[in-house]
Amino acid sequence: MRSDRNVLVLGAICGATLTLCGHGSPTAAQELAISCGAVGQELALCQEGVAAWSEQSGVPVTVVSTPNSSSERLALYQQILASGSGDIDVYQVDVIWPGILGTHFVDLGADFDEEVMSAYFPSLVQNNTVNGELKMIPWFTDVGLLYYRADLLEQYGHEPPTTWEELTAAAEEIQAAERAAGNSRMQGLVFQGNAYEGLTCNALEWVYSYGGGTIVDEAGEVTINNPEAVAALDEAAGWIGTISPQGVLAYQEEEARGVFQAGHSVFMRNWPYAWALANADDSPVKDKVGVVALPKGGADGQRTGVLGGWNLAVSKYSDMQEEAVELVAYLTSYEEQKRRAIEGAYNPTITALYEDPQVLDANPFFGELYDTFVNAVARPSSVTGTRYNQVSTEFWNAVHATLNGTVTAEQSLAQLERRLDRLARNW
Amino acid sequence: MARRETELTRQRLRSAWLFLTPMIVVLLMVAGWPLARTIALSFTDANLADLQARQFVGLLNYEFLMTDPDWWRSVWNTVFFTVVSVSIETVLGLMIALALHEHFKGRGLLRAAILIPWAIPTVVSAQMWRWMFNDVYGVINEIMLFVGLTSEPWAWLADPQLSMAAVIAVDVWKTTPFMALLILAGLQMLPQDCYENARIDGVHPVTTFFRVTLPLLKPALLVAIIFRTLDALRMFDLVYVMQGNKVDTMTMSIYARQQLVDFQDVGYGSAAATLVFMIIAVFTVIYLTAGGVGREEKA
Amino acid sequence: MNGAWRRWVFYALLIILFIYTVFPFYWAINTSLMSGSELFEARPWPPDPAWSNYVSIFREQPFGRQILNSVFVAVSVVLLALSLSVLAAYALGRIQFRGRRLLLFTILGVSMFPQIAVLSGMFELVRSLGLYNNLLSLVLSYMIFTVPFTVWVLTTFMRELPKELEEAAFVDGASPFVIVTQVFLPLMGPALVTTGLLAFIAAWNEFLFALTFTLSSEQRTVPVAIALISGASAFELPWANIMAASVVVTVPLIVLVLIFQRRIVSGLTAGAVKG
Repeated sequence: MRSDRNVLVLGAICGATLTLCGHGSPTAAQELAISCGAVGQELALCQEGVAAWSEQSGVPVTVVSTPNSSSERLALYQQILASGSGDIDVYQVDVIWPGILGTHFVDLGADFDEEVMSAYFPSLVQNNTVNGELKMIPWFTDVGLLYYRADLLEQYGHEPPTTWEELTAAAEEIQAAERAAGNSRMQGLVFQGNAYEGLTCNALEWVYSYGGGTIVDEAGEVTINNPEAVAALDEAAGWIGTISPQGVLAYQEEEARGVFQAGHSVFMRNWPYAWALANADDSPVKDKVGVVALPKGGADGQRTGVLGGWNLAVSKYSDMQEEAVELVAYLTSYEEQKRRAIEGAYNPTITALYEDPQVLDANPFFGELYDTFVNAVARPSSVTGTRYNQVSTEFWNAVHATLNGTVTAEQSLAQLERRLDRLARNW
Repeated sequence: MARRETELTRQRLRSAWLFLTPMIVVLLMVAGWPLARTIALSFTDANLADLQARQFVGLLNYEFLMTDPDWWRSVWNTVFFTVVSVSIETVLGLMIALALHEHFKGRGLLRAAILIPWAIPTVVSAQMWRWMFNDVYGVINEIMLFVGLTSEPWAWLADPQLSMAAVIAVDVWKTTPFMALLILAGLQMLPQDCYENARIDGVHPVTTFFRVTLPLLKPALLVAIIFRTLDALRMFDLVYVMQGNKVDTMTMSIYARQQLVDFQDVGYGSAAATLVFMIIAVFTVIYLTAGGVGREEKA
Repeated sequence: MNGAWRRWVFYALLIILFIYTVFPFYWAINTSLMSGSELFEARPWPPDPAWSNYVSIFREQPFGRQILNSVFVAVSVVLLALSLSVLAAYALGRIQFRGRRLLLFTILGVSMFPQIAVLSGMFELVRSLGLYNNLLSLVLSYMIFTVPFTVWVLTTFMRELPKELEEAAFVDGASPFVIVTQVFLPLMGPALVTTGLLAFIAAWNEFLFALTFTLSSEQRTVPVAIALISGASAFELPWANIMAASVVVTVPLIVLVLIFQRRIVSGLTAGAVKG
């Protein structure tokens, strides 16, 4: 009786197998596959763009969604690429991956000559060039910005800060006054302080704004151990427990936004995405938020922001490289980037789009962003090649330890220099 | 008679291997190749950027590992995590199993309830706890403030000491059900007559527990502990989602993943993974020797 | 100790236990009904339940299909793992042969490698078998973490079964296969259901292999599908949607437990009396 039932169950499973599993290489012959975005608006926008090209060229394209978390996405890409698989033809690639994944991508220099590329932000083009080969085309970009509570600054008679020192002073004052007024959770500044890539972005902004360089310079020399960098980290370490809660050392983008958007912080360092959300109808701080370039370090410093964003690259193992390149050209074109900027507020990588009236109409704050993009600083990912993740990990660990108060900025940067010098032999 | 015995033994031996074959074939297929490959790669300088261009480097990777303070830190973190969380889980699991073994109203509900933590995908529950542990808008601080346990919100995930405690708390929450269920199954297969005798003799329930239940339960309990320990020593997803690559809570598996994936250093990462295997093997042998599981004479 | 008082303590402990295990799930449901900025306030219940989060998870991807995929994978894994290990457990638990202990340790050794370390090799295996982007690749690869566990647990239980039953069957001329399936299997009820359930949940929740071995959204399983949910931009975490999806996938498991829980209770004695 019992075994009869088991046989039945097994039979049902096998039946289900036929219908459920089928078989499926996702890319049948003569079909392109592109990986773009995770499920959500990002994917929908990509699908629309891809569908338009597909209709125009007659080449069928499958869109593959990949994890939202960029480290998961990188791991998946590495697995597929390392096996030499052509299952995905076009990859959406983070700005810090050209060195890590570059060997698996074709050189696009021939199809996108200097004239074409001169329309894009030069810092992005430079970032995407590894050993003279253009590995990927900038698709949309991101930069670190300072968000502030315009209502609070006005109330206490402050202008948006231009130096970190001004920011610290304003934050201290407003935080104390608001807490005294009964708003016990008020914080001065929130940022991304968790030990992860986001902290590298934040800390590089501090260091660079003080004139402390970019950890590793363009020639591949480790430059991080300098007095300016020490000053920058000392300043930041002073925030913890005063204008920033200790918990900020576990914050990523969304935690920072959560605190700021609930009205519990005067300042926030974040990416442009937070703008639309902070001004959404259900946001407690709607219409009370301003955005400006990050402050400079001291009077001689420079205002900057770290470059983020995504690019498109074509796999070496693709059977349809020609079509893949065409798809990349279409998706990164002026018109398509314009559509994405208007419909999804994705920051274009083509400079002229920041003067396009229709784009500005849809996103008024893009005009202010332009200068920030021009002055933006890239992480040293091209020069450090496959070692970038190691460099970044060493850097954020050193910064995290400094912010935590375990070591002083001076000690931790000296130690960081030694560790990076050892790595430097391999890039 | 003796002849019949050997005939029978031979038949049983034949069927033993017959019964074992399907499992051995499947395990060889899914485990044999991947494991052999990892061990082989640990003696090379393979890099993910170009796996083919690798060279044999002998024990170099292991030498580097032995001198890397970050590795030893992760070993210590893992061992600490394992010992603390498995101990708590065992005691708690045993208590829950004993409670569920009793007859009371709402038992079915409770049994379903304790499985919920185990049933939520780790990827999600770890994120959920991250959210709940937030210092400004997290519900845990909210409750602690409300009850009066603290006057200042705690930075659960940022403070180096608290972050390990937070990870252990979540792991206990998540895996105690596993323990409780295995122990419960063991309890239910115990012969009832021992208890009857104990009850008739008027033995105190606590004494019965230590003298009768625990010794009888030992095989099931040990297997549950072994598998929890193996899992804890390989701990990856929960800590990774909650804390990422932070050195304060980095486990051996996270260290290996960082080398293998983030740093693309397949050779070195494989060596780390192989060492994880060896450390776990040593642990297991100690456990099994101490517990006397798998000894020949028992069958 | 006073009986009534003890009862009170007993129930109080049970209630604390209940809250400890269920509260986070309640919080997930609570969160799944929040919208926008409400997420960033610790509110005990949603002021204005937003069911739209549940609608949107089914609209943006084939979530129903992905749940079916997970069910298929988990059920197949349980059936395959249990049938392999019941046979193996009989041999390992009740028959003396040389190398038995070594075999037991080797099986255990399989589950001592970090999952991430076997990923690459497994990926090559899956590709060479032509199972890439096919659910069968998951069924096969999940054997690596289910079989060692089920074999060990079932072996332990098998060893505890009374010898007399087996001898009686032998006298009746039953073959070992008949003994396993007709005599022992009915007695193993609680152990089978428990290990099966644990294996089911492990397969249901697995993320790394599922992410790596499947590519199209029609082949993806639930944990991967949840990890793929994103907001309007790369940084935004649509937390309410993620929680809604988690609640949806947890409910089937709770139902499963409720269905099987009588089996978990029905002990050895009950089975033996009937047998």
